[in-house]
Amino acid sequence: MSKTIESLAQEIQNKKGESIIKEAIAKAKASKEYNFFVTIDENASNDIKTNNLLSGIPFATKDNLSTKGILSTASSNTLKDYVPFFDATVITKLKELGAVNIGKTTMDELGMGGTGTTAATGVVKNPWDKTRITGGSSAGSAGCVASGIVPFALGSDTGDSIRKPAAYCGVVGYKPTYGLVSRYGLFAFASSLDHVGTLTRNVKDAAIVVDAIKGKDDKDMTSLDSSDINLVASLTEKLDNKKLCYIKEICNIEEYANPSEDLKYCLNNFKEVLKKCEQIGIEVEEVSVDKSLLAAIFPTYRIISCAEATSNYSNLTGIIFGPRGQGKTVEDIMMDHRSKGFCSLIKRRFIIGSYILQKENQEKYFKKAQKVRRLIVDKINDLFTKYDGLILPCSGSCAPKIVKIKDQKQDDILENHLAIGNFGGFPSISIPCGFLHNLPIGVNITGKVLDDANVLNIAYNLEKTMNYKNQIAKEQK
Amino acid sequence: MKYIPTIGLELHCELNTKSKVFSKAINHYNEIPNSHIAPLDMAYPGTLPVVNKEAVHKALKMALALHCEIPKILMFDRKNYYYPDLPKGYQITQMEKPIGINGYLEIILNRQVKKVLIHDIHLEEDTASMDHYDDFSLLDYNRAGVPLVEIVTEPCLHSSDEVIAYLETLRNTFKYCDISDADTKLGQIRCDLNISMQEENVEKLGTKVEIKNINSFANVKNAIDYEIKRQTAALENGKKEEITQETRRYDDETKTTISMRQKSESIDYKYFVEPNIPKIKITEEYITEVQKEVPQLPAARMQKYLLEYNLSEKDAQSLIKDKNISDYFDECVALGINPQLAANWITVNVTGVLNKEDISIKEFYLTPKMLKQIIDKINDKTISSKQAKDIFNQALEEKKEPKEFFTSDNMQISDDKKLKEIIQNILANNPSQVADYKNGKDNLFKYFVGQVMKETKGKANPNITSNILKEELNK
Repeated sequence: MSKTIESLAQEIQNKKGESIIKEAIAKAKASKEYNFFVTIDENASNDIKTNNLLSGIPFATKDNLSTKGILSTASSNTLKDYVPFFDATVITKLKELGAVNIGKTTMDELGMGGTGTTAATGVVKNPWDKTRITGGSSAGSAGCVASGIVPFALGSDTGDSIRKPAAYCGVVGYKPTYGLVSRYGLFAFASSLDHVGTLTRNVKDAAIVVDAIKGKDDKDMTSLDSSDINLVASLTEKLDNKKLCYIKEICNIEEYANPSEDLKYCLNNFKEVLKKCEQIGIEVEEVSVDKSLLAAIFPTYRIISCAEATSNYSNLTGIIFGPRGQGKTVEDIMMDHRSKGFCSLIKRRFIIGSYILQKENQEKYFKKAQKVRRLIVDKINDLFTKYDGLILPCSGSCAPKIVKIKDQKQDDILENHLAIGNFGGFPSISIPCGFLHNLPIGVNITGKVLDDANVLNIAYNLEKTMNYKNQIAKEQK
Repeated sequence: MKYIPTIGLELHCELNTKSKVFSKAINHYNEIPNSHIAPLDMAYPGTLPVVNKEAVHKALKMALALHCEIPKILMFDRKNYYYPDLPKGYQITQMEKPIGINGYLEIILNRQVKKVLIHDIHLEEDTASMDHYDDFSLLDYNRAGVPLVEIVTEPCLHSSDEVIAYLETLRNTFKYCDISDADTKLGQIRCDLNISMQEENVEKLGTKVEIKNINSFANVKNAIDYEIKRQTAALENGKKEEITQETRRYDDETKTTISMRQKSESIDYKYFVEPNIPKIKITEEYITEVQKEVPQLPAARMQKYLLEYNLSEKDAQSLIKDKNISDYFDECVALGINPQLAANWITVNVTGVLNKEDISIKEFYLTPKMLKQIIDKINDKTISSKQAKDIFNQALEEKKEPKEFFTSDNMQISDDKKLKEIIQNILANNPSQVADYKNGKDNLFKYFVGQVMKETKGKANPNITSNILKEELNK
């Protein structure tokens, strides 16, 4: 299953593909120790056959996407018995083309966390080194694609939830422009920041899948008409006149007071990537962005996402769906359901969100965060008048050790800048660009709204300069 | 000391759209419980609201009927709170930019026009309905997501009569615009009100008391009258502290209001902009288009009927209650029928038939033009009012135009010449009676009238007959 979608499709066409689905299911079952899956659909089969490349191709779906008749828990105990009766629009579209969903992937509970360690069913382990995290929240989706179980998986991205685990697992993570892909059926975390996207092992596969799932959806008012965008057709073998910029305050080692060896390595690696860009004719320039604006990314993200999350997840009461709580009054029943159902991180964020939305705090936090979000987006859009995109390292290190998660600093600019893509709804893609301690690291390209074709084409050409395309994770002993 | 009440009103009214405001479920909740539900109405994870254009259209129409300022963009907010009848844990409503602000509604009370100031009108969704039993409650999600408009007045009303006049005018306005059936019996209209008492000639308002969720106009009146009494008594007895800023409810059994919670316990609804609904531009063209659909409103018609046509308040009220009847009346007047005559015919004869046959005036066979045929004949004295009534009934029964019944057989004889001839003949044939009459037997006059009627089979116009008779007998 290390193959691309196109080569798998070729096999299927040559009648050699009957075992592909079974093989994917078997591999998924064999990956148990990594905890990529909440549910594996052992009966999944390719009933619908079409002429599309995706016909007969197995894939995995993040557990916060609604799948008809298949358990959808968002890795939360509040939904541990929830079997939806309708499909998310992306699932409907893929099913209609003949693609086969073989399972639901483990995630940080309700999409919150970013480490892959907060799922109700346990920690997701990195396929390159099981003592390390995958990153999250699309943890299982990144892990199962990196392991070669399926050629692609669906994920969701609210802050960096596709792109960060992609970088940590050595795969491609693509978050299209906000509205390009319908959110109908995605369990809303922070509606203004939520995106559905893909995890693949190469850029072209990402283009193939998003071409299949994008489009205006009557069920999602924020979805956009993109009938004039054809991502696969926009991939060209040569680039001309492309210009990218990188932010000095994030990428220059001089900006850091006591840089770790890992950080030095990552930023060096990034400079190597920039050289490769130039080799293929991409002009790269350094730009400066006010550090206080960059430092505001994390708190801004935290405020907006927590506020929207506390409201969005108010439907989790155990009254209509989910396990019914105990208690004499309705309030007690709801309280019991929520107290027992959520992990402590979720509860903390709900309290923060609720605090932020209080009348007396709204101006100070929520409204201010929205203003800052606007300032950041305006600044980036300003850059996009001169550049085709922004190129930045995904992280200052490789995937951390599971046991060291708690020591991680949360508010590093370098660790949080990917949320820029969510603030502006910008198309944003992470591709693998090297190894640190035998673990993958990634680089991110973000472009202007609806310029997905250009962003993907740049990533597609850059990918060719490196040897990480289609790589499968191997544990180093 | 005299105390004046100041009252503000919040009225919720369900719109008569085909589907719910944010889902495709049917908007009709009085059927089998939990039968009209889309996944969104029960807040299943992953569902998203999609704004119903018809609901926006109707809310906008109402905003225009209330002479409101319309915002340039349509947007929605979330009102967050936990309650079992609110499956999402928030209600989608309009806080920042209601569909209309700063409007007014004209009402008429004691033949005086008063403008009730509208603070705002906003579009929102209804909650599920609940039935409470001793140790359990039942939820019906048919109502969850039904479109509502909430209309908030300024505190500008000063008596329960004014409030009731406002509510009745508002209800008629909903019906006139075909926005809602506005049936309080079905719970389609619900009211919250706030009331404060202040000394006469003192500008500062007294402590505001809120009374929530009153479901009939009669109870609104009862609640206001009770509160006026309660608060006045407290003020007069120097017990001002008994009036606190609180929320009360109206109790139907005792006809009193009962405290629910103090202001300090009020809920913070944590409003914020609904992120799943993009801001939608409301264009001038669209507003103009909707404005054209707003009919002449009940208050304006009331003014015309009372002040221009001089109808009684009772007649005017019964014409206005139903827009179609009012339209019918207006058409009659436009055709040149005397307004009072038209009102009489419609409120008595036409309404009688409508009630008897349980039909609307739209199903009524006689058009204003046909009614005019009858009334014209009364006016030119060709038929008596009794004959008119007969022709009215006959025309209805046989579904024919009234003019087809104006035959010589039933036409009143008003022709002076013809009647004079008949009368002269009768007098010539009854010389002795004429002589007796002239000698003072006045009651023989009736005998002559009888003879004329006999001769004409009752079709002689009585007034003309009597005039000619007098003339001839006095010769």
